[in-house]
Amino acid sequence: MSRATLEQALARAAALDRQLGAFASIEAQLALEIAAEHERSGRGSAELGGTTFAVKANLCWRGVETHAASAVLAGYRAPYSATAVGRALAAGATPVGVANMDEFGFGSSGENSALGPTRNPWDPRRSPGGSSSGAAAAVAAGLVDFALGSDTGGSVRQPAALCGVSGFKPSYGRVSRYGLIAFASSLDCVGVLAREVELIERALGAISGEDAHDSTALAQPPLAALAPRSLRGLRIGAPREHFEAGVDPRVAACVRAALAHCEREGAVVREVELPHTRYAVPCYYVVASAEASSNLARYDGVRYGARVDGDGTLQGMIEATRSRGFGPEARRRVALGSFVLSSGYYEAWYVHALKVRRAIARDFERAFESVDVLVGPTSPTLAFELGARTQDPLAMYAADVLTTPASLAGLPALSTPCGLVREGDVDLPVGMQWIGPTGADALVLACGAAWQRASEHHRATPPLHAAGVAS
Amino acid sequence: MSASKPVPDGWQVVIGLETHCQLATTSKLFCGCANQFGAPPNTQVCAVCSGQPGALPMLNREALELGLRAALALGARVPPRSKFDRKHYFYCDLPKGYQISQYDEPMCTGGGIALANGKFVRLARIHLEEDAGKAIHDRGASSLVDLNRAGVPLIEAVTEPDLSTPQEAHEYLVALKEILQFAGVSECDMEKGSLRCDVNVSVQREGGARGVKVEIKNLNSFANVVAALEHEIARQIELIGAGGAVQQETRLFDADARATRTMRTKEDAHDYRYFPDPDLPPVTLAPDHVELIRTRLPELPAARRARYVAALGLSEYDARLLTQSRASSDWFEAALRHVDAPKELANWLNNEVAALFSEPGAQVRSLDELPFKPFDLAELVELARQGRVTRAGARTILRAMLERPSGPRELMRALGLEASADAAQLERWCREALVGREKIIADVRAGQDKALGALIGPVLKLAGGKADPLAVREMLLRLIGAP
Repeated sequence: MSRATLEQALARAAALDRQLGAFASIEAQLALEIAAEHERSGRGSAELGGTTFAVKANLCWRGVETHAASAVLAGYRAPYSATAVGRALAAGATPVGVANMDEFGFGSSGENSALGPTRNPWDPRRSPGGSSSGAAAAVAAGLVDFALGSDTGGSVRQPAALCGVSGFKPSYGRVSRYGLIAFASSLDCVGVLAREVELIERALGAISGEDAHDSTALAQPPLAALAPRSLRGLRIGAPREHFEAGVDPRVAACVRAALAHCEREGAVVREVELPHTRYAVPCYYVVASAEASSNLARYDGVRYGARVDGDGTLQGMIEATRSRGFGPEARRRVALGSFVLSSGYYEAWYVHALKVRRAIARDFERAFESVDVLVGPTSPTLAFELGARTQDPLAMYAADVLTTPASLAGLPALSTPCGLVREGDVDLPVGMQWIGPTGADALVLACGAAWQRASEHHRATPPLHAAGVAS
Repeated sequence: MSASKPVPDGWQVVIGLETHCQLATTSKLFCGCANQFGAPPNTQVCAVCSGQPGALPMLNREALELGLRAALALGARVPPRSKFDRKHYFYCDLPKGYQISQYDEPMCTGGGIALANGKFVRLARIHLEEDAGKAIHDRGASSLVDLNRAGVPLIEAVTEPDLSTPQEAHEYLVALKEILQFAGVSECDMEKGSLRCDVNVSVQREGGARGVKVEIKNLNSFANVVAALEHEIARQIELIGAGGAVQQETRLFDADARATRTMRTKEDAHDYRYFPDPDLPPVTLAPDHVELIRTRLPELPAARRARYVAALGLSEYDARLLTQSRASSDWFEAALRHVDAPKELANWLNNEVAALFSEPGAQVRSLDELPFKPFDLAELVELARQGRVTRAGARTILRAMLERPSGPRELMRALGLEASADAAQLERWCREALVGREKIIADVRAGQDKALGALIGPVLKLAGGKADPLAVREMLLRLIGAP
């Protein structure tokens, strides 16, 4: 990428981001240095050469302020880069900046950020979804080619759907979590957002694989294997529960239309059942909060980040630092997670939730005995207005009803745009979710790529887009 | 341990021990940082062991192997699967806000240690966990934290409540330390904190219901374990005797005051909120791998002692002294390869060499500080045995070996200590003196040492002052075949 092209892209990003709030910081100087280094080293012609990307604020980027949108990590500069960030750089991609998010990944609207909310490029009054809010908005608005996000219960797929881009959560363990600021370790996946599935596939190829720093990052079937070239003969299961109560009928209709389109392309669509779907959200909030309460224990003000002295004692400092440093949703999840792990409640809550988690995984295993891939809506609703759900955590949690099942089962899942719905004076995107069996990341991505060859929905651009910014 | 107060009549004491032992690995349990004592503060620290956001633990296989070796040396069983759990509490020396430990599926279960009185102290479990850092509170207004120790591998060996006296606790700890040292898994140096011990103790009237258990922490020497137990047993008996009740609590031992005081009561006991660490897959071990570690176990102190007595003819006492540490035992065996005289060699090590360490102003305090090698001592013993040098002369040479880098043979010549009579001449004089003195010989054989004097005199007379009385004495004993 030429210096002039990059400078122009950086200027557009800075200009447009004043309206979007997609970035926690735009690292223009560093981006130019890295791009120059790519040219010198020849990395510029590697598989991600010439592309720009955003780094979600919970992925460590050496020397750059990495705070996961939490006040408790204000001023923290990561002493090392996450494996995914390092591998994207090694593949020739140029990072533009740090993407805004819900604090530590706690949220589905981007509003739980110490930096303030990100706005949806389709309608700045609305949320872009979350927690990879800035990543999805930056890709949708054309500020970067792709973004590295993280998906614990839908945090890549749901904002991708609400912003009209593609977002992929790989099988658990395909991408190293080293350097991903932990939310729920057994669920966290580094994911990729981009307009085109083809670029997601390339980026994923660059960042995935075993890692000497993460013993849960496993060798998995290569991405190229198993991939069909078209939708012809593909057996698609449409989970009945994913179209039921709570799903906006306009969203359901849009996805059904997409399924009809797939049938015309030669796919075979049949209804399947995932009977434990309705337990996914409660199960997820027990497991994820338990792990989050543990993972957030390190933010005590002793070694890094913010410190609030409190009454001057050690316990006082830790209490004050955590009370002031964590936002309301983080405090809620730490309290919930501590409760379900405490003695006397552990069996009834945490252990029970693990059993439900197994049941949800078995639902999928059974479904994949008769179909290749599952398709349904990604989000039950269209992008909602900022502030609409901030006072009602349960309504916010309900946004995850269709994405948490694949997270709990560790399955690869992709959201791709499948149409627009007119609401008032704006068009709002709808995403369809493709879920594959564990390890079948290549199949899911191939389905998404075939869908994008057969349809035009991913080409729709929002009103707030870099193409419209004068340079 | 000598003379300490026995448990009073009519009372029973129940003691259990939890011992933490740092494993002598090259690197820490979950990262590549060096595991080395004494480095400047916070110089052996990385993203993982300082709990940086996003850092993940990777299990160090060497720590697992050493832990297994320790467990097998203690006769423990190794289940095919174990896992790591997070134990949560907040403290400034605990970087992640939790310690990675093992809760309900430890690395090993069972095993134990036999005491001299025939009692077998059972181990409930041995698990692997990471050490915390070190908090320093006595340097100015704010506390300091050194994370060099954070993440150092530990094994924790937990006994069943099988011990009944402070002396048994002491014997168990001595044996545990010996076994762990011999197995090569730890230095077990309490001063450096590589061995640490917590005790649980309760008292009850003979035949009565089990008493309430008190935990005592902060015990940094075996002597303190005994002192703390004695104090605590006396405190509990007095309390119950006065009609009071023991509270379940954790107490700290104050070594200066030689007393325990309350640290926290049951009400403020931590809820550690254990749960399986999702960052670490369960550890699965193939049975042949465990067997391989078992077959590679070095000979342990009890086996070595038995061999010294049975095969080398050493006394129990000498055998025990030599096997007090792996180092001394290995030193002895290295020397033994060069001189075929185990009893004499043991004598020299346990008496003459040991004396060098304990005398006032000693330059060396242990075998590894000696400037000479096992071979040199073997040579000296051989010279003395052959009568080439008198016992007194050999002692002088030993001292000289501390000062000069020469072998005993050179020193003998340089110092003019070569005995004027060689062993053959000495033997001739002795044999001559024995002729016709059967009564005295019989007395010596019967164990009357004084009778020997009546033989030494004539030999010295025959030698005309060229023989060393001690050498004469030894030669006579050898010829008579006295015990």
